[in-house]
Amino acid sequence: MSNNNSANKHEIVEKNVGLMAILTVFAISFGALVEITPLMFQEDTTKPVDGLRPLTALEMEGRDIYVREGCYNCHSQMIRPFRDEVERYGHYSVAGESVWDHPFQWGSKRTGPDLARVGERYSDDWHYAHLMDPRSVVPESNMPAYPWLDENVLDGKLTAKKLEVFKGFGVPYTEQDIQGAEAAVKGKTEMQALIAYLQQLGTHLK
Amino acid sequence: MTSFWSIWVIVLTLACLALILGLLLWNLKNYVGVEEGESCGHEFDGIEEINNPLPKWWTYMFFATFVWAVYYLAAYPGLGNWQGLAKWTSSNQGVTSLAESKRATEEALANGEKVQLDQEIIAADERFGPIFEAFAKQDIETLAKDEKALEIGQRLFSQNCAQCHGSDARGGIGFPNLTDKDWLYGGSPDKIKETLLIGRVAAMPPWKAALGEQGVKEMTAYVLSLSGRKVNQKDADAGKAKFAMCAACHGMDGKGSVAHNLPFGAPNLTDNIWLYGGSQRAVEETLNNGRAGVMPAWKDILGEEKVHLLTAYVYSLSQDK
Repeated sequence: MSNNNSANKHEIVEKNVGLMAILTVFAISFGALVEITPLMFQEDTTKPVDGLRPLTALEMEGRDIYVREGCYNCHSQMIRPFRDEVERYGHYSVAGESVWDHPFQWGSKRTGPDLARVGERYSDDWHYAHLMDPRSVVPESNMPAYPWLDENVLDGKLTAKKLEVFKGFGVPYTEQDIQGAEAAVKGKTEMQALIAYLQQLGTHLK
Repeated sequence: MTSFWSIWVIVLTLACLALILGLLLWNLKNYVGVEEGESCGHEFDGIEEINNPLPKWWTYMFFATFVWAVYYLAAYPGLGNWQGLAKWTSSNQGVTSLAESKRATEEALANGEKVQLDQEIIAADERFGPIFEAFAKQDIETLAKDEKALEIGQRLFSQNCAQCHGSDARGGIGFPNLTDKDWLYGGSPDKIKETLLIGRVAAMPPWKAALGEQGVKEMTAYVLSLSGRKVNQKDADAGKAKFAMCAACHGMDGKGSVAHNLPFGAPNLTDNIWLYGGSQRAVEETLNNGRAGVMPAWKDILGEEKVHLLTAYVYSLSQDK
């Protein structure tokens, strides 16, 4: 047996699961410390683009509907810096556009097209027709229809709270924004909210 | 990146490499006190542990990764603010406006830096630019008969226009049919190009408040009668009496703004082509709540040369073959 060699540190690690776990975490933490931590503090990734504005109350409700309906499962909001993507969708996404998006809606899968710059590409009427019945405007589409969005009416009870929470994240909402939030969305349909949200996507990089 | 974070990244990256290298070198030594190839002195279920050294091929490959790491970190941007000897980057990071993005592209080009995306775009422009340029010099009527131009135009159409106007360009409810001769803003090549470049915003106001329920019914009857539909004559006459309020955009004869050389995009009401449907109910809906058709502007998205080809394609659709 080799235990006569007191320098066999290898054996110490192999026979202590706790120590091994600590060393494993230590080893893999290098990647995160180098690649993730600096991103949270450097200007390149935390400074808003010049044209960025906080979402209006209605757009904020629309964003929540976007999340609720799982739009991010099929649509990304991230134009990568490749020529084919830039050609199709517009200027590649930059970090400063997402700094007030919590959590960001970059997504990771494109069953449908990227939506990072879909704002102002189509008319409100088109979005309405498309969300009510995608096949009415794009016959080959496999997107589900979302007709209930046109029936559900927002009461706006939580809207102010949502803006407050985002203010806590560092989004510059004013007291006025928060106080007027409920009135701004009350009576609007979820469809109107979602379309308002879609129509501003990607329009802030000017 | 501030120098603090730059140093942070450099120190951690190099420390990590040094640690791994140390671990590798340490494990190349025989420190277990057993001769190489001899038994370690224990066995489980007949399986005996032999003190074998690390495989040579594996060790050399490990060393090779270090050589690669040194090369990579020297040539490419990996160590904090170190730009890399190759002066390469995937795209211009940290831009906060389109103007800044353009400036960054020009600066990188002037400084001999290789921005991958910009290089790809330049290469594509060199290859495809002359083709578009040559087409841009020809007038639209000529291009509308050029098979190659139409082929490119059709692809651009499928990519950018078919979502609203349909892949056959016949439109749908609220989205104009481009294959007929009915135009809201004019069907000459110049007018089509203008529509594509700057977009259009149409505004049919809601008349519910001004006309009232009965008024809308009467106006609907009159509007339908303009294209020869059978309607209640009494209602139509009552509608006609109030048609002056519509005439500002549609013209007193209802033939629409194009016929009167007006820029409003008000449809011809006498041709039995209905953008939002020609049923009594659809027309009443239009009168009650108004319509707001929007054609987006494509100048900034596609650029003028591609719009030129698209115009030729769209123009060709309504020409007799």
